[in-house]
Amino acid sequence: MKHRGLFLLQLGFTLVVCAFLIVPVILSIMAGLTVNYFVGIESGLTLRWVIEVWNGYRDTIFLSIGLSLACLVVTLILGVPAAYVLAKRQTALTRAMEELLVMPVAVPGLATALALIVTYGSLSGFRTSWGFILVGHVLFTLPFMVRSVLAVLSAIDLKTLEEGAASLGAGFWPRFRDIVLPNCRSGILAGSLMVVTLSMGEFNMTWLLHTPFTKTLPVGLADAYASLRLEVGSAYTLVFFLMIMPLLLALQAFAKPRPAKFVAEETE
Amino acid sequence: MRHESRRLILLLLPAGIFFAAFFLLPMARLFFIGGSGKTGWAAYAAILTDAHYFSSLLSTLGVATATTAATLAISGISGVFLQRHKFPGNGALVAMLTLPLAFPGVVIGFMVIMLAGRMGLIGQVTQALTGEKLVFAYTMSGLFMGYVYFSIPRTILTVMAAAEKLDPRLEEAARSLGASPWRVVLDVIIPGLKPAFISAGAICFATAVGAFGTAFTLAAKINVLPMVIYTEFTLSANIAMAAALSFVLGIVTWLVLAVARTAAGSSVAAAG
Repeated sequence: MKHRGLFLLQLGFTLVVCAFLIVPVILSIMAGLTVNYFVGIESGLTLRWVIEVWNGYRDTIFLSIGLSLACLVVTLILGVPAAYVLAKRQTALTRAMEELLVMPVAVPGLATALALIVTYGSLSGFRTSWGFILVGHVLFTLPFMVRSVLAVLSAIDLKTLEEGAASLGAGFWPRFRDIVLPNCRSGILAGSLMVVTLSMGEFNMTWLLHTPFTKTLPVGLADAYASLRLEVGSAYTLVFFLMIMPLLLALQAFAKPRPAKFVAEETE
Repeated sequence: MRHESRRLILLLLPAGIFFAAFFLLPMARLFFIGGSGKTGWAAYAAILTDAHYFSSLLSTLGVATATTAATLAISGISGVFLQRHKFPGNGALVAMLTLPLAFPGVVIGFMVIMLAGRMGLIGQVTQALTGEKLVFAYTMSGLFMGYVYFSIPRTILTVMAAAEKLDPRLEEAARSLGASPWRVVLDVIIPGLKPAFISAGAICFATAVGAFGTAFTLAAKINVLPMVIYTEFTLSANIAMAAALSFVLGIVTWLVLAVARTAAGSSVAAAG
C-alpha cells in the first residue's frame, strides 16, 4: 500500500512538471488566435494576428529556412569527412581536435559573436550579408554533426569493412562513397535534423550578428515580444512552433535506440 | 599508408581551416582587444575588482547554481520515475517533457511571461484567490524559472538514459537488507546516477551562466553578466570591456564543462 502512495506522489509530481512545460505553450497558442487575450477566449477566435505576422515578418521566416539549409550543407561538407578522420585515427591529436571543435558550444554565443565582429566586422560586404550569420551558425552546429556521425562510425567495425572492400580492389574514394557514407547515414540524418533545428532557433549569436536586413526568425520574435502586443508575439511564436514541431518530432523518433543491425547487414 | 594519411589530412582540412579562421583567430583577437581599453589588461581583473561587475558575476553564479540544483532535483525524480514505471501514457509524458528541447531562449522568456507576466496565468490565479496579483517574470525569479524550463528537457533525457543502465538488483539487495526507500535512493540510486548528474548539471550551469535570449526577452534590468556584456557593447560602446568580460565568461563556461567531463568520465556537450 505504501508503494502505491509513493507511485502516485511521483506521478503527481511528474504531471505538475509536465504542466509547467506545456501550459505556457498552450496559453501562447491560444493568445495568438484570440481577438483580445485580456478579455479572454470569449472575444472570439481570429487569424488576424497570424496574418499580421505573415505580412510583417515573412522575410525572417524565409531567411531562417534558407540559413538553416545552407548551414546544413556546410556542416555536411565540413563535418562528415572530419568525423570520418576522427573515427579512423584515434590519437591524442585527433582527440584534442575533437575537443577544440566542441568549444563553440561550450563558449557562450555572445562571446563567439563578439569575437567574429571584432575580427571581421570591418569587412562591410561580409558583415551585412547573411553569410556572416551563417558562419556563426556553422560554428555552433558543426559539433553536433561531427558527434552524431562519429557516434555511428565508432559503433561499427569500420576497419574490417574497409579492409574487406580494399582487398576486393576498392580504392580510397570508392570506399568512402560506397562503404563509409552509407554506413553512417543514420548519424548523418540525426545530425542533420539537429543542425537544422538548432540553426532555426539560434538567438544568442544571431542577435549580435544580424543587421536590419538580415533578421532571422528568433530575432524577429525578440523584436515582436519587445514592441508589439501580446497577441502578435503569440501568433509569431505559433508560426515558429509550426516550423520546428515537425523537426522535433522527427528528432524524438530518431532519439529512440535503434537495434545495432548495421554491422550484420553490411558485412554479410 | 603514407598516401592514406595525406588523404585523411585532406578530409580534415576544410573543417580545420574554417575553425581556425572563424573561431581560433577571432577568439585570439577578442583576447587582445579585451586588453586594449582605457584600463589596459586590468580589464580582465575588473570582473573581480569593479563592484558593479562583481555583483553581476555573483548574481549570475547564484542564478546558475539555483537553476542547476532545482533542475537536477526535478529531472532526477521525474526521470527515474518515468524510466522505472512503464504505464499507459508514459510515452506521452516523456514526449511532453522533452517537447521544449529546441525552444530558443527568447521563446522560453516568452513562456515565462505567459506564466508569470503582467497578463500571465499566475497573476490571474493569485488575483482571483488573494486579490493580489503576483507578477515576477521580469525579475531574477523569472529568469530562474526560464532557465529551469530550458534545462528540464535535456536533463530528463540524460537522467533517463542513465537510469536505464542502473542495475535493479542492487536496489533489491539493499531492500532485502532492510533499507528504507529513502535510504535506497540516497545510497544506491543517487550514487549510480552521479556521472549523469555531474554532466547534466554542468550543462545546466554553463547554459545559465552564458545564455542571453531569456534575460533579453524578460527585462534589460536583470543584472546578469551576459546582459552586462551586451549593454557595454551596444549602449556604452565599451568594446574592450565587453570583450574582456565575454572572454572571461567563455573561459568560465568552458572550464565548468571540461571539469565536469573529467569528473563524470563521459562526454559532456552543452546545447542551446
